[in-house]
Amino acid sequence: MRFLALIYTNLRRHKLRALLGVAGISFGVAAMLTILAIVHGAIGMFERILAVDSQYLVFEKNVSDLFFSSVTEAQLVAVRKMPQVVSAQPLLFGIVSAPGHPIITCFGLEPDNTRLRKAKWRVGRAEDFGKTEKGIWLGARAADFLKAHHGQKIAIGSGEFVVAGIITTENGFEDGGVFLPLTTAQKFFHREGFASIIAIKLRNEAAGMEFKQAVTAAYGGLIALENREFNQSYTQFQILHFTSWAISICACLLGGLGVANTMLLSVFSRIREIAVLRVCGFSSNQVITLIFGEALTIAIAGAGLGLALGATTLAVLNRAPQFQGYVQPTLNPVMIGGIITTAIITAVVGAIYPAWFAVHIQPIEALRYE
Amino acid sequence: MSAPLIVGRALIKNYEGGRIAVLAGVNLEVQAGEMVALWGASGSGKSTLLHLLGGLDVPDAGELTVCGFDPRREAHRQILRRQHLGFIFQLHNLIPDFTVAENMQVPALALGTPQKKIQARARELAELLGLSHRLHHRIQDISGGERQRAAIGRALMNSPQLLLADEPTGSLDEVTGDLVFGLLKNLVRNAGVTVVLATHERRLAEQCDRRLHVRQGQIECL
Repeated sequence: MRFLALIYTNLRRHKLRALLGVAGISFGVAAMLTILAIVHGAIGMFERILAVDSQYLVFEKNVSDLFFSSVTEAQLVAVRKMPQVVSAQPLLFGIVSAPGHPIITCFGLEPDNTRLRKAKWRVGRAEDFGKTEKGIWLGARAADFLKAHHGQKIAIGSGEFVVAGIITTENGFEDGGVFLPLTTAQKFFHREGFASIIAIKLRNEAAGMEFKQAVTAAYGGLIALENREFNQSYTQFQILHFTSWAISICACLLGGLGVANTMLLSVFSRIREIAVLRVCGFSSNQVITLIFGEALTIAIAGAGLGLALGATTLAVLNRAPQFQGYVQPTLNPVMIGGIITTAIITAVVGAIYPAWFAVHIQPIEALRYE
Repeated sequence: MSAPLIVGRALIKNYEGGRIAVLAGVNLEVQAGEMVALWGASGSGKSTLLHLLGGLDVPDAGELTVCGFDPRREAHRQILRRQHLGFIFQLHNLIPDFTVAENMQVPALALGTPQKKIQARARELAELLGLSHRLHHRIQDISGGERQRAAIGRALMNSPQLLLADEPTGSLDEVTGDLVFGLLKNLVRNAGVTVVLATHERRLAEQCDRRLHVRQGQIECL
């Protein structure tokens, strides 16, 4: 028998208890994975919406949310005339509702917007965008959950539109959203002459700083940020990052409490056995290794199971029509590593007191223990 | 003559803050290779003395040396238990869900003995103890006599210099008890192990090399 076999045997003979510990960690890990992947996915989707064929974003300074940003038409025209700029694509964000679907993202954009050309057109053509009177163009997911087809009239907010095209993009927000010509969107949202942001493509990326300074100098109320800078500094993203990690770690800590409970029960029910191990020559370190080894095994099994459970949950959420395509989970090695590390740390921390207790068992007292 | 394996001088052990005096200045010496019985009635202090010798408990006063180590010191106690001592209890204290082989291997795990050696030693001991056919049986599936033989196997796993046995046949019927005691005696004779045995059975004590009568916390040589 090897030391590892001793750990395995100890867990095997109290299967239910070990499984409860594994379940605690796995639920924590699954919750972490689900929350983080959804939040990071959502952030990623939003970043990609902003970054289509552009390197810089121009928007209103100090707004808490890009939906509240207002860039005037005059500012758009002026920015387009800047020597560093190749293209400047305005985008107006809004939220619309349809019967049974209170929140649908709406994008107001010009017909030559790159995202329309890059999208796969399930119905209609990019060239015809904006040419249908009272027309609306739907993301594929939106078409599915609205059960809408080409030519059908659908109610959006207080208005009625005709489905003029359906597009598929790789972005869940766009796929679950609706598209209107910029001027139509401006009227619909009572924001005539305004866009939320301008996506900028520069002639020469090296001239980025010069461009930023020029925007700030000309329009004190606007700010130009490189996409990467924007992603790092946007308060909404920071809040989402922080909140998702905080909630996730809390979920995993609950799993850690489960491990602590499992290990405590395990040690309390084996006081006599641990005393026998001490009598047989096990050192304090070996007893600690045994207890931590059991906790680690539970944590690793729980983490594996939790990752599988989380991945399954994400796959289900990703396909669920109720989420309108907004769930587009993103996983990355840092996130997975962080989750596994958190699970292991919580399990190890949970085993500290049981290990301390086990080491302080006095053989002679424990052998009398029934 | 070589130095005694065990030297105890004026050993005192009290419980409940001195209200109960269990050992009241015990002196003893045990030579290597001896089989010594601590004989006495229940509550006479023989098990307490055995626990002091094995470092399971510490004396309140007195000097004690076992195999050259001082069992009053934690570091020495660990070395003693790991490398120099084997314990046999009245209730075998085997781990119930482990097999006979796994139970016997526990002390070798503590010592970090290589796997091949551990397994070979377990087979060797099982053969000596007549347990070869039970080696992979769980403890709950074997008889009381076999359990006590497995406990002897565990105690001998690391080839200790000193074997401490606390009423090793106390939980067995007379026939099985005699069988186990005979086996123990033969094993220690052949292996040259020193044995200190606590028993209340005069019959068993008389079969040892020396009999120390423990009475009212004192030792009388017989």
